[in-house]
Amino acid sequence: MPCIIALCEQSDGTPKKVAGEVASECLRQGRAAGLPVVALTIGPGAAAAAAHLAKFGIEEAAAIEGESVASYSGEAFAAALAAAIRQKDAALVVVGATSFARDLLGRLGALLSSSPATDCIALSGGSGSFKAKRPVYAGKAILSVALTGRPALASLRPNVFAATKVAGKSTRVETIAPAAPPAKCGRLVHRVAAGGGKVELSEAEVVVSGGRGLKTPENFRKLVEPLAAALGAAVGASRAVVDAGWRPHSEQVGQTGRTVAPKLYIACGISGAIQHLAGMRTARTIVAINKDKEAPIFKVADYGIVGDVDEVLPILTEQAKALKGAR
Amino acid sequence: MKVFVCVKRVPGTTARIKIAPDGKSVDETGVEFVLNPYDEFAVEEGLRLCEKAGGEVTVMSYGTEAVAKELRNCLAMGAHAAIHVPVAPGAPGAGGLRDPLATARVLAAAIQSAAGGPPDLVLFGRQAIDDDSAQVGLMVATLLALPAAPDVTKLVLGPAAVTVEREVEGAIETYELPLPCVVTAHKGLNEPRLPNMKGIMAAKKKTITTVAAAAVAAADQQVESLELPPERKGGRIVGEGAAAVPELLRLLRQEANAL
Repeated sequence: MPCIIALCEQSDGTPKKVAGEVASECLRQGRAAGLPVVALTIGPGAAAAAAHLAKFGIEEAAAIEGESVASYSGEAFAAALAAAIRQKDAALVVVGATSFARDLLGRLGALLSSSPATDCIALSGGSGSFKAKRPVYAGKAILSVALTGRPALASLRPNVFAATKVAGKSTRVETIAPAAPPAKCGRLVHRVAAGGGKVELSEAEVVVSGGRGLKTPENFRKLVEPLAAALGAAVGASRAVVDAGWRPHSEQVGQTGRTVAPKLYIACGISGAIQHLAGMRTARTIVAINKDKEAPIFKVADYGIVGDVDEVLPILTEQAKALKGAR
Repeated sequence: MKVFVCVKRVPGTTARIKIAPDGKSVDETGVEFVLNPYDEFAVEEGLRLCEKAGGEVTVMSYGTEAVAKELRNCLAMGAHAAIHVPVAPGAPGAGGLRDPLATARVLAAAIQSAAGGPPDLVLFGRQAIDDDSAQVGLMVATLLALPAAPDVTKLVLGPAAVTVEREVEGAIETYELPLPCVVTAHKGLNEPRLPNMKGIMAAKKKTITTVAAAAVAAADQQVESLELPPERKGGRIVGEGAAAVPELLRLLRQEANAL
C-alpha cells in the first residue's frame, strides 16, 4: 500500500533533533494526502530510535539493522534504504537536510530514478502530487518545483518545520534486514568529535555570529563566545574572519558556508555583505550590533544597536546571563 | 592517474538576483558569471594530485556555449583537456536551474564514453551555488556504481584508494574509498591557484572538445516558479551603545518572544 516515509536520522538509538521535524511534517502530509506514514531508521540502534518517534505520533516504523549497516558506508546505507523504500511503495520520502542527507539523498535519487528537492522550506501535496519550495542562489530566490518522480524525494531545512509532540501513541517497529551492498563500497574508518560538545550551528535555536568588527581573534573569543555560552547559542562567523583564519570554516555563515534558520540570530560586528545575508535571512529574529549605522546588516535586522562591540557585548552577556539565571 | 573534474558556470556570490519575465529563471542581464567557487577547489585538487602522482586533469561542463570562458579558465589553471557538453540556449535549465538527475545522467554518460577510457577519480564541487542542489556528484557516482564521499576537506591518495576527511555536524569523519571513486570538494580542501601568464598563454593553444549530450529520460522535477524571497522589513535601531542593552533584551523577550 502506498505510504509516506519519514526517513529519520538517528545515532545509537537516539533520533536526531531534525527527525522530529521530519516525522511531524510527514504526518501533516499524510493527513492531507490520505496516506499512512512509516518512519524509516537505519544503522545500529535503529529499532530503539524508531520507538522514540512515538512522541511525535509515529505509529508505524521500519528499522534496518544488520551486518552491512553495522558501521556507516554511504553505498551500503543507500542500497538498503532504496530497497526498503521500494518495498514500502513510498509516494514521498522526506529526510532532514543534514550531512546524513547530503551523503544519501542523491544516491537514493539515482537508485530510485527520482530527482530530490533539497533543503526545502515548504512542502505541499494532498492529491498525491507533491510540490516543494526551496531556496536557490543561497536564498536570494525561492524556487517552486513539482515533484513528479515516484517516490518524490525531499530534504527539509532544519529548524523550519515544527516538530509537534503527540501524547499517548506507541510505535510498532518492524526490523528489516538490509539489502546487499554494492560490490565497491567506501567505509568510515575514523570519527572524531569536533566542537567539544558545543551547540551545532545548523540546528541551533540561537546563533551568535561575529565579523571583522571584532578586530582580533582574541576579541572574538573574549566577546562572542561568552555571549553564545550565556544564551546556549552556537557560534557563527562571517566569511571575512574565516578567510583571515580567526575561526574554522565549519562556523562560516553565508553563501560559501552554512545556511542557518534559528529563532534568534545576533550579528556582532558584521557589516552584512550580500553573501552573509544569504545564509541567515530566514532567521526569525535578527539582532545587529555594529558601530556603523549605515551597515547593510541593519536593513535586515529587526533590532539594532549602533555601538562598539567591545562596549556592548560584555554588558549584553552579563544581562543575558542574569535574565537566564532569573528564570 | 586520470582525473575528471565536473564544473559549472554560475552567477558570482555578489550577484543581485532578478527574476526573468518568464517567472521561472534569472534575468542574466548584467550578472557576472564565474566558475562555481566549490569547483575551483575540485580543479585545484585534481591538479595537485596529478602534479604529485603524474597524470592528466580533464575538466568537463554541461552548459551553454558561454561556459567556454570558465573551461578556458580551468585550462589556464593547468587542466590538460576540456570537454563541453552543450545545452541549447533557451532549453529548459539553460539558465542553471536544471533537474539534478537528468544532469547527472548526461554527465555520467559523457564520463563513461570519454576517449581514453573512464577516469580513476572524478571530482565535483560540493554544490553549485546557483541551484544549491548538492546532488549531482553523488548521483553520477551511483549511476557509475562508484564509491563516493561528499563535502571533503582533506584528500590523501594511496596506491589503490583515497582517504578523505569530511566535516559533519559535531564530528570529522575519515573515509577510505577504493579507486576509481567520486569525491566532492568543500572549502578548506586547498587554496585554489590563480592562473599565471604562462598558463593563460598555454590555455589558448588547448582545444575544448565538444561532446553531444546523451539522450536521457525526461526531468521529473518541473520548475513552477522562481520568486524573490519576502523582504524583511527594515530594522529598528533600539539605541546606541551599551545603554540600549536593557531595552533590546526587553524587546527580545516581550515583543519577539525570542529569549
